[in-house]
Amino acid sequence: MKKWLILLAAVFLVSCGGDQRPRLFVYNVGEYMDTSVLEEFEEEYGVRVIYETFDSNETAYQKLKAGTTAYDVVFPSDYMIEKMIKEDMLEKLDFSLIPNFENLLPEFTYLEYDPKNLYSVPYFWGTVGIVYDTRLVNGSVDSWSALWDERYEKEIFMYDSQRDSLMVALKLLGYSLNTHKTEELEAAKSLLIKQSPFVIAYITDVVISNMIAGNAGLAVVYSGDAAYIMDENESMEYVIPKEGSNLWVDAMVIPKMSNNKELAHAFIDFILRPEIGLANTEYVMYSTPNALVLEELEGEGWTENDAFNPDLSKFPNLEMFKDPGEFVAEYDRIWIEILAGAK
Amino acid sequence: MVKKWLPNAYLCLIFFFLYAPIVVLVLFSFNASSRATGTWTGFSLEWYVELFEDRQIRGALGYTLIIAILSTAISMVVGTLSAIGVYKLRKKARGYVLNVNYLPIISPEIVTAIGLMILFQSIRLNFGFTTMLLAHIMFSIPYVILQVLPRLYAMDPNMAEAAMDLGATPWQAIRMVVVPEIRPGIFSGALMAFTMSLDDFVISLFNTGNGVTNLSIEVYSMARRGIRPTVNALATLMVAIVFITVLIANQIQLRKKVRG
Amino acid sequence: MNENIKRFSYPYIVWISIVIVIPVLLIFLYSFIQSTGEPVVFRFTLQNYRDFLDPIFLNVLWHSFIIAAISTAICLLLGYPVAWVVSRLKPHRQSSALMLFILPMWINMLLRTYAWITILSRQGILNKILARLGMGPFHMMYTDFSVSLGMVYNFLPFMILPIYTSILKVDGHLIDAARDLGASGSHVFRKVMLPLTMPGIITGVTMVFLPAMSTFVIPQLLGGGQYIMIGNLIERQFLLTGDWHFGSAISVVLMAFILLSVWAMKRFDGGGSQAGTAGKGALPW
Repeated sequence: MKKWLILLAAVFLVSCGGDQRPRLFVYNVGEYMDTSVLEEFEEEYGVRVIYETFDSNETAYQKLKAGTTAYDVVFPSDYMIEKMIKEDMLEKLDFSLIPNFENLLPEFTYLEYDPKNLYSVPYFWGTVGIVYDTRLVNGSVDSWSALWDERYEKEIFMYDSQRDSLMVALKLLGYSLNTHKTEELEAAKSLLIKQSPFVIAYITDVVISNMIAGNAGLAVVYSGDAAYIMDENESMEYVIPKEGSNLWVDAMVIPKMSNNKELAHAFIDFILRPEIGLANTEYVMYSTPNALVLEELEGEGWTENDAFNPDLSKFPNLEMFKDPGEFVAEYDRIWIEILAGAK
Repeated sequence: MVKKWLPNAYLCLIFFFLYAPIVVLVLFSFNASSRATGTWTGFSLEWYVELFEDRQIRGALGYTLIIAILSTAISMVVGTLSAIGVYKLRKKARGYVLNVNYLPIISPEIVTAIGLMILFQSIRLNFGFTTMLLAHIMFSIPYVILQVLPRLYAMDPNMAEAAMDLGATPWQAIRMVVVPEIRPGIFSGALMAFTMSLDDFVISLFNTGNGVTNLSIEVYSMARRGIRPTVNALATLMVAIVFITVLIANQIQLRKKVRG
Repeated sequence: MNENIKRFSYPYIVWISIVIVIPVLLIFLYSFIQSTGEPVVFRFTLQNYRDFLDPIFLNVLWHSFIIAAISTAICLLLGYPVAWVVSRLKPHRQSSALMLFILPMWINMLLRTYAWITILSRQGILNKILARLGMGPFHMMYTDFSVSLGMVYNFLPFMILPIYTSILKVDGHLIDAARDLGASGSHVFRKVMLPLTMPGIITGVTMVFLPAMSTFVIPQLLGGGQYIMIGNLIERQFLLTGDWHFGSAISVVLMAFILLSVWAMKRFDGGGSQAGTAGKGALPW
């Protein structure tokens, strides 16, 4: 009995004591950072970084809303940042603590979701498009309609995220991806349900390993994931369809509930350092808004790649998501009807 | 003849079905390719190195063990005492307790999970270690009670009373008379609680926060990303631990038999 | 002095009232209210249940039921012969065989489910083997097939163990007697074995059907995001859409469905037999 008690006490001490360094809670998209940079940050600042990941903006929003974890730095996308600002969930940043902000390209700051750039610091940007297996597809794909081509039955992976999948259908129909018209959403819904026999599944990050393995011929992916896939599987190609697509920016924000705002600022500034930015860019292969990182990459074949770094002037139909506000209920409803109806 | 080999062949087939995926997991943890794609590209121990360097996994492993040990210890003690008390309750009260006790066992895990989450949320508990531990204790105790009660019924009801008539306090009676009688029940209940806690995913997922995770939660997020074979390396280690534990347990039993 | 010992149960009664009864009541409460936009102010409503009556959601419920029922049936068809074969082995072999069924359950369920992705994918191991034999490739991953396979794989031991226990309890002489009286093999099975092992079958069916009906992990990993079962629907309401009220309403429906099935099983069992429970102690009948 006594031995047991001692053991229990030991366990308890280990669980409570241990690490007394201040903790920084970081909440990022899955596979979106070279986590070895976290260790560098820990050493430099003598803190412990708790790193958690999410796989859609909606999940991240609910998690923040529920307030079960006091995150210090979060990496949501444009439209979600707009929503969070509206709902007063974000802290105004103190840019005197983020001197590296000036490393950023001007075209990625002061964007519509944060017009005065008070709350957010861009992390990566990119597009959404189709990655396809050139061995399966004769010629090249240039339109979203390829995803409705019956030749590609059971060859398609869609993305399990409501805005991204609805975007595909809305763009193909020629509507805005920020539509507030229920009938346009309904039309997109019918189109996606019509597509379901051709679709293998709606998945998120697993799409990467699936496409590298060649488990499907076509998939809707984010540009950086496409760059990654193409790097590992040479028969894969990426295209931004001619009907247009989504141009997005993911940025770092500090939630109001953060308990360690000073450290959070330091972390954001740390991420903007050129060498850290470079490590992350090489790891995740998304397009960087950091001018210094871009300079480093010059001439390595990265900057000329459409998946990695598209020349935006060539793609006039790119649109950014906006927060649908109350209309989000319609998106939720339509989305669940698509998923449940797609079986 | 047919009668002899057919059943055995069938049994082997079922074992093959149960173990093939585990073999695949183990095999591909040594695959050189960075992708869990099903193509063998050569032997490598890279994923083990990566696993040991993975801070998330290390942290999750620690929390999993600490929570399993604490919740098992607590539910073992509380569950045993409660079972002894429940055993002495009047029929009606006992009926109530046992019915409520069954509830977490038959309810869908997800319903239990969200029920607790709503409870913790409404009393503004800080999500993390405490909530996860409370949740694990909550679903563990019923199993301990269910394992202990049959033992109590099998026991001579007069023993504890005789002890108390001879001047023992209830506490002493329980410790020195009742507990030795029901020990097997306590241990099998504790074993159940321990394995349930180690393996729990759904209830933990909804009732944690602030960086506290367990292995299941990490595996789920790794499996949903499906990116690197470190998952396989982790699985292999778990398989190794389970098999070694079972082997040792068997050896001990054998030795006991030989001696006895 | 009984009174003294009885007291040991009081803390537990308080504890279960807080962590078991109150959560159930909270889910109930949540399912009947609607947030008015203001914090603390709520309104009674049946809307959440009305929403669920949408054909789409009823379809999800129906589909969950079908998949769970099919998986349970497969478990029974595979598991009964296994239990029978094991019960005919020599005693020391029996315990090793049982050990081998329990062993995989100690390895994390998510890992074992994940393993099937490597096996079932289009470029996966199974298709590679089949290709050698000149067949395929078959489309197996992200289908009804992969999801029910995942369920059968995870829950088969829950079927085997209680049936095995109930077979052991059958008096071998009864079978010999039936044979001596001229009953054929199938006759013996239908008239003697099946009724006598029914308690084990019922426990097994319940222990497989309940988790199969409400799991959200297996459909998520092996079925993809469009593979929505009732568990996924609840999970999405809480983690993605944030509609806790609707999520609670679905939970109440699921809970009612489960309790109803348990009750039906109990009725079917005739309420008399205790055979299945003794060994497991996990289920209340």
